Amino acid sequence: MNKENWHVTFDVFRQKTCQSVHFDAFPMDVDPDEYVLDVIERIWAFNDRSLTFRHACHHSTCGACGMRVNGVEKLTCITPINQVTHDGGKVRVEPLRNFPILSDLVVDMGEFYLRLDDAKFAQVVTLDAACLPFEKKQQVRENGDFERLVDCLECGMCISACPVALTTSEYLGPAILAAAHQTYQQTNDPEMISLADKQDGVWRCHSAYECTAVCPSNVDPGWRIMDLRKIVLRSQIHKFFSR
Amino acid sequence: MNSKPHAAIIGGGFTGCALALDLQMRGFQVKLFERGEICAGTSGRTHGLLHSGGRYCVDDVEAGRECIQENRILRKIARQCIEFNGGLFIALNDSDVSYGDRFTKGAEECGIETEELTAGQAITLEPNLNPALLKAYTVPDGSFDPLRLALSFAATARRYGAEFYSYCEVTHLSRTNSGRISGLEFLNRHENQLHEIRADVVINATGAWAGNIAAMVNVTVPVRPTPGVMVAYDQRLVQRVINRLCIPDDGDILVPQRRMVLIGTTSFDHDDVDYIPVYHEQIKLMHERAAELVPAVKNAHPRGAWMSARPLIASQGDTRSLTRTFRCFDHEEQGAPGLITITGGKATTCRLMAEKTADLVCQKLGVPANCQTHDLELDSYRQYYARAGN
Repeated sequence: MNKENWHVTFDVFRQKTCQSVHFDAFPMDVDPDEYVLDVIERIWAFNDRSLTFRHACHHSTCGACGMRVNGVEKLTCITPINQVTHDGGKVRVEPLRNFPILSDLVVDMGEFYLRLDDAKFAQVVTLDAACLPFEKKQQVRENGDFERLVDCLECGMCISACPVALTTSEYLGPAILAAAHQTYQQTNDPEMISLADKQDGVWRCHSAYECTAVCPSNVDPGWRIMDLRKIVLRSQIHKFFSR
Repeated sequence: MNSKPHAAIIGGGFTGCALALDLQMRGFQVKLFERGEICAGTSGRTHGLLHSGGRYCVDDVEAGRECIQENRILRKIARQCIEFNGGLFIALNDSDVSYGDRFTKGAEECGIETEELTAGQAITLEPNLNPALLKAYTVPDGSFDPLRLALSFAATARRYGAEFYSYCEVTHLSRTNSGRISGLEFLNRHENQLHEIRADVVINATGAWAGNIAAMVNVTVPVRPTPGVMVAYDQRLVQRVINRLCIPDDGDILVPQRRMVLIGTTSFDHDDVDYIPVYHEQIKLMHERAAELVPAVKNAHPRGAWMSARPLIASQGDTRSLTRTFRCFDHEEQGAPGLITITGGKATTCRLMAEKTADLVCQKLGVPANCQTHDLELDSYRQYYARAGN
C-alpha cells in the first residue's frame, strides 16, 4: 500500500424476495485508490456471504456492476473510493432505479436487454461506426475498417438516472433510443424510426441529459435522442412532400 | 413424461454455459447452478484475448493446437461479441529475435498462420508500437467481451430447453445408499431458501473452485488456482493484439477492447480464490511492461485493475510452465460415481472443453449422441433473458 488506509462505512441496501428493505452498515478498512466493487466483493467474502450483487469483468467492458453510490449511478468496477468519500466517511450503495429488484443490489435487466434486441443493436461494428461522429477520424486499414465493440456497455445506468423512466416503465429510455439511433446510422432501417416516433419513444424525453451525465462510456444518449428527433422529423417532412 | 437423462452443471462460467448447450442438444435435460451472476468468477475477469495459439505454440503444442482450432470456430459462431483484427508478436531485443525461429516452427506445427514483418512494416500497421522493435509476426488473434460470450452460449442453451439458476449456490451433493451422486442441494440467494434437485450426473465446472466442490464428497481435483493481474487503460492505442515475442512472461500481452487497451498478466499462487487482493507492485510492473510494447501507455490513464484466478492443472514447479490445456476427471475411481469435473483450459477453448466433457458424460451414461456445437451460430446473448416458454 502506498498510502494510509481509510476507515469508511458502507451502508448497503438489503432486500430478499418478499422481505422488507433495510440497510446494513459495514465498517471497512479501505485503500483510497481501490475500487468500490472491490470493497463490495470483500464484504461478501469476509463479512456477509448472503450479499448479492452483479459483476463480471471488473474493467468496464461488461456493464454488470452499475449501482447507485451515494445517490449517483456509478460503474463500481472503475470508481475509486477516493472519488466518492473521504477518510471517516460513508458510502451508501443501492441498486439501480427503474429496474425490478431481484435481491440486494441485483436488478432484473431482462426486459431492458430484450428491448435492445428490438433496436437491433450490434455490439461489434466497424471502428468508424463505433466512434461518435464528431470525433476525429480513426485509423483505417487498406482492406477495410477495423472492428470494435461499441461504447454502450448496456449497464442500464442511464435508465436509472432518467427522471422520465422513473415516472413510466413504458418509456423506452435513453439506452434503447441511443441504440436505435446507432442502428439507424449504420443501416437506415426505417423500423428504427417507427420504434422512436412514439409517445414513449423520443418525444417523451425531457432533455434533462442525466443519461449523458452518468454514462461511463461516451455514448452520449442525450445527444443521440435529440439527433433521432431530427431524423424522425426529416423522415416525416420527406413523406409529406412525396405524397 | 420426461425421460431425458438429467444433468446438473455447477458453475456458470464459459465452460459451464458451453456445456449446458452441448448436453442439452445431445438430449439431456440440463440445469445449471451458479452462485452469482453468469460469468462472475474467473471467466468474467479474463483478458478477453481470443488466442491464436501463438502464445503456447513453442512449449505447449497441445494448447496451441486447441486454441487455433477453437479460434476459427468461435469467429464463426460467436461473431456478435468478437473484435477480430489480428495480432502481432513483436521482438524488442536479440533474445526475442532468436525466439522467433522456435516460434515460427511451433506455429507451423500447430497450424497457426503467421507472416514475418520487418520493423518498418509493423510500425506502418501499428504506429504506436515501440519504435525500437526489431521484427514482428502476424497472428490471427482477436478480442472478445467475456460476459457476452458466456451469455450467448447460455441464451442458445436456454432456447433448446436448458434451465439456468443464477444466484443459486450448491451447498451439498446428495448420494444414494450405494454412494452414487444423485443430485444436489442449493441455496437460492435471492430468497435465502434451500432447495433440492435430483440428477443422473453432476458436472463440476467451477474452474479454480473445483477443489471446493470435490471436497463436498471427499474427492480431490489437482487444480492449482493461479491468479494474475490485469490493468485497463483509457485509450485504444492499438487495433491488433500485441504480444511480446518471448517465452510466456509477466505482462507480455496487450489487448485492445472497446475504447481501451488491457495489459496482462502475472502468475502466482493463491489459495483463497474468493477474494484476491490487487497488489500495487504488480500494477506498477504491468505499467512498465505495457510501456515497453507501446510507449504511449505512459500518457494513458489506468481505468481499472483487477485479478483473475486461472484454474491450471496442478503439477510441480513454476506456474508459468503449467499446461494451458484442460482435463476431465471422472470421480468414479475415487468413490464418487456420478460426479465429473472439468477444469483447466482457456476461454478460447471453452467449446472444446464442453465437447470433451459431454463425450465423457454420454459414454458414462450410455447416451449415443454426438457434439453439434461446431457450426451452430449462437443466438443473441440478450435472448438469455427471453421469458421461459418463448
